[in-house]
Amino acid sequence: MTPASAARPSTAAGTAGAYVVGRSLLHRAPAGPKLAALMVCSLALLLVRDAVGVGLAALAVVGLYGFAGLGWRSAWGQVRPLRMFLPVVFALQWWLMDLTSAAVLSTRLLVLVALAGLVTCTTRVADLLAAIERGLSPLGRVGVDVERIALVLALALRSVPVIADLAGRVRDAQRARGHERDVRAFAVPLVVGAMRQADALGEALRARGFDD
Amino acid sequence: MRGARMHRSTVENQTPDPATAPAEVGCVVGLEDVHVRLGERDVLRGVTARLRERRIGIVGANGSGKSTLARLLNGLVLPTHGTVRVDGLDTRRSGAQVRRRVGFVFSDPDAQIVMPTVAEDVAYSLRRSEHDRAVRDRLVADWLERHGLDGHADHPAHLLSGGQKQLLALTSVLVTSPRLVVADEPTTLLDLRNTRRVAALLSEIPQQVVLVSHDLDLMTGYDRVLVIDEGRVVADDEPAPAVAYYRRLLDERP
Repeated sequence: MTPASAARPSTAAGTAGAYVVGRSLLHRAPAGPKLAALMVCSLALLLVRDAVGVGLAALAVVGLYGFAGLGWRSAWGQVRPLRMFLPVVFALQWWLMDLTSAAVLSTRLLVLVALAGLVTCTTRVADLLAAIERGLSPLGRVGVDVERIALVLALALRSVPVIADLAGRVRDAQRARGHERDVRAFAVPLVVGAMRQADALGEALRARGFDD
Repeated sequence: MRGARMHRSTVENQTPDPATAPAEVGCVVGLEDVHVRLGERDVLRGVTARLRERRIGIVGANGSGKSTLARLLNGLVLPTHGTVRVDGLDTRRSGAQVRRRVGFVFSDPDAQIVMPTVAEDVAYSLRRSEHDRAVRDRLVADWLERHGLDGHADHPAHLLSGGQKQLLALTSVLVTSPRLVVADEPTTLLDLRNTRRVAALLSEIPQQVVLVSHDLDLMTGYDRVLVIDEGRVVADDEPAPAVAYYRRLLDERP
């Protein structure tokens, strides 16, 4: 993502799960092996229980972000969703166990999320979906519609900003009418809008020949 | 023409000149006594028309049935009664084949863009027709460049401006080389500059175009304009008289 060339002031570089344009080896590596490596590393990380091991893993991930040419902003974008959740986990662990365990567990979680973010940052969604489709293809033999699963994943990713935008518009409309904190006044138009959007999307998919 | 019968001020539509409607890019759409009932409402009430001109406009008030008429042309809506044929293919029986010939552009591009990034959305249109990835990528790049979107290939679609989104939606339709492009109020959400851009693109493309719009200026230079009112074609003529008729119709209403 090159923010300067985007149509609007870009927030994508700091968005979890958004591809960041690059030419690094990690960017060029095929999606399938990257996903497999992510799985193996994540499982291995769950087995590491000491502070040194987790610390090394954290360093390795920081190194990988550097190697992929991703800035701090991109890295923060990946782990940002944890900012409310992680302190609670840390505090709870500290209270129930001890400081070291709390630090190890929290760091491990952070590293896992950052690692997954690294894959999505360096892999185009289409490649990721194609890899998932290939990975699931054996299920096609037992009657699972693999293409449909892949499309559902793509649509879910595509729908996040659309629904977020809708939520923003609904909130503005409610504020304009003086309903600052009315949950119902926010939820009802949001759900209705989302359903309307879903209807339109279904129609567009048909128009683009999805079911043909 | 049914519409011409319903109002004496409209003239019988002239037989189209085959030179202006090349067979390889256009379709012949035949609607025969088409009725559409959605729930309790009769949205279209007996529409008969033969569409083969290169540029056809459809105008009408909200709820007149013009969007439903547009959706009939690629089988998104099926007639409750009557038939719609595109190059002889019945939309009821050969919907898939019809949709390969007829591309559809919606008013809200956000509903039409199904993939997260710009290039991926265009590539999605080619998933069936072009299996070679390198060829597909080249085609996508080529089309994005043609419409000035090449700088945005890897951008998330939601970061585009409204006008760029509509251009992307249009690109994703045109990349499949349809013979007919149906656009349902494609400029409703756009500002004046982007409206002009989309309108210019729609008038430049070699394809046959059926444009549904409130914006009567967009129909300038069109070959034929249908005016829809309460589910019927009430005028069917060249743009100037048809638009004049539509304006009179609006003036007569309270």
